[in-house]
Amino acid sequence: MPNGTTFLTRSGWLNLAILAIFLLVVLPLVVDPFRLNLVGKYLTYAFVALGLVMCWGYGGILSLGQGCFFGLGGYCMAMYLKLEASSIENTKIQSTPGIPDFMDWNQITALPAFWVPFKSFPLTIIAILILPTILAFVIGAAMFKRRVGGVYFAIITQAISSILTILIVGQQGYTGGVNGITDLRTLNGWDIRSDHAHTILYFVCVILLIACLLLAQYVTCSKLGRILVAMREKEDRVRFSGYSVANFKIFIFCLAAVFAAIGGAMFTLQVGFMSPTFVGIVPSIEMVIYAAVGGRFSLFGAIYGTLLVNFAKTSFSESFPELWLFGLGALFIGVVMLFPNGLAGIYRSTLDPYVKRLLGSTPRPKSADPSVSQPAE
Amino acid sequence: MQGSNTDYLLAVENLTVSFDGFKAVSDLNLYVDEKDIRVIIGPNGAGKTTLLDLICGKTKASEGSIKFRNRELTKMSESQIVLAGVGRKFQTPSIYDDLTVFENLEISYPKGRTVFGALTFLRDRAVIDRVEEISEIIFLKDMLNKRGEYLSHGQKQWLEIGMLLIQDPDLLMLDEPVAGMSVSERLKTAELLNRITSDRSVIVIEHDMKFVEDIARTVTVLHQGKILSEGTMDHVKNDPKVIEVYLGH
Repeated sequence: MPNGTTFLTRSGWLNLAILAIFLLVVLPLVVDPFRLNLVGKYLTYAFVALGLVMCWGYGGILSLGQGCFFGLGGYCMAMYLKLEASSIENTKIQSTPGIPDFMDWNQITALPAFWVPFKSFPLTIIAILILPTILAFVIGAAMFKRRVGGVYFAIITQAISSILTILIVGQQGYTGGVNGITDLRTLNGWDIRSDHAHTILYFVCVILLIACLLLAQYVTCSKLGRILVAMREKEDRVRFSGYSVANFKIFIFCLAAVFAAIGGAMFTLQVGFMSPTFVGIVPSIEMVIYAAVGGRFSLFGAIYGTLLVNFAKTSFSESFPELWLFGLGALFIGVVMLFPNGLAGIYRSTLDPYVKRLLGSTPRPKSADPSVSQPAE
Repeated sequence: MQGSNTDYLLAVENLTVSFDGFKAVSDLNLYVDEKDIRVIIGPNGAGKTTLLDLICGKTKASEGSIKFRNRELTKMSESQIVLAGVGRKFQTPSIYDDLTVFENLEISYPKGRTVFGALTFLRDRAVIDRVEEISEIIFLKDMLNKRGEYLSHGQKQWLEIGMLLIQDPDLLMLDEPVAGMSVSERLKTAELLNRITSDRSVIVIEHDMKFVEDIARTVTVLHQGKILSEGTMDHVKNDPKVIEVYLGH
């Protein structure tokens, strides 16, 4: 195998097939379009959870500010859609036609310069991928080069997501304020509000998610993945083995940020608006809980964990809205105390041995077995 | 202060480090030859581990110079010092519990040390051969697929030594390699050290006198951040100053 460790083991391929069939075939067949759109919304959080598995599970870097990157991606997409919805004809009743409605309400008479790139779809896509990378790079370089880690890093990321929320809420004329950017209608002329569009966007979301999953799988089973685990355990040993530890942390933090931003952009497309409620501390911590429930060492677990917690949230908060946050807190504490490896840990200790026996491969330790993987010729 | 150029592999000159006014290492001069086995002994708090920390860049010197092959180490980052050819083993075994013995050794293999290099690293025949070769030297050939956490204390120490060997450093620094080992493990470790030092220099910190006699070519006695005595084991053992502060106790 090219990386030394098998990219996906036989049971890994089986897991992938089950996930793909579940998301691409089973759910679209059995769930009505409204609920499918809801699942699509949940899955956008799974992008964040995948990033957290790499960053937190593998690298031991707990970020409590992933909502910040999710929000950046979401806002970039929302700005593009908003400009498209604010054509001169649509906004001719405004005192300044052609600018988003909330700007007009705030007595802004010209489109701010930082909005201009979002008139172009390609530039918007680039911004979705680049802006969070730059932000994560700056945060990462500032923190990791100075060897700030652990709880301090978690608190700082939390503060940053809080700052971003305050900034968005405070700059109402430029950002839409606490209401966010709403009333998004079309993407390049295609109405994104119809059931049909929701279904198509759902499939786009799933395919992107699986692509990110495969990329994350590649990263975690490359030597880089093992260096992340090594760093988590004995950072000094890695440093004194000739590695610049900070660069590896910055890389994985940036990658997690990009995943989160893709999720955010897909969120905006499927839900039709973006607001500061998805940027701040509470959503950021919720996202960590998704990864914890799924199992923070398992990429697949992150996706199932996200779905499960969100289903629970929806059904629970429909009947007891005020109790949900307590339930979520209890769930987090319960998982950490009883199942520190989450759903994936339960799967590994119960079902996995049987699955492996069925597939004819002998059970082996979590880490790859070098004698089994053949060197690349 | 700029140290002079020398023929020594490692030349430490006028090295001083103080922590809040306390000089853990004070105006120290130390020269290590190519292929020397230097053992540093001394009572607790003499500055032995601090000296290794200074050489490998973990602690920054307040004054003085450390030259390795006439390259100044005090201005380099930790990873640059490793690339220059200095390897360091920590006092408590520092290995990766969640990785297998193979993976532990592979991480120290001197290739793919950048982010991009690590992403595209291939476990080719050369890597596998080298890992197997090292695992044989450190008595862990049959344990390549075991996870680090299942090794005994002595095996962990050997594994960390192996992780340094695979880097093929010119200077190997070992901080108490036999601490906590059984008698038979100590003998094997002495044998291991004698074998691996044929083509490199080694600095060892050790308390176990029997072990020191087994391996040392030169012994340096540190006391209160300064060199008290230096020479062969016999010379040092009979030095009245050494007997006074260290061996006599």
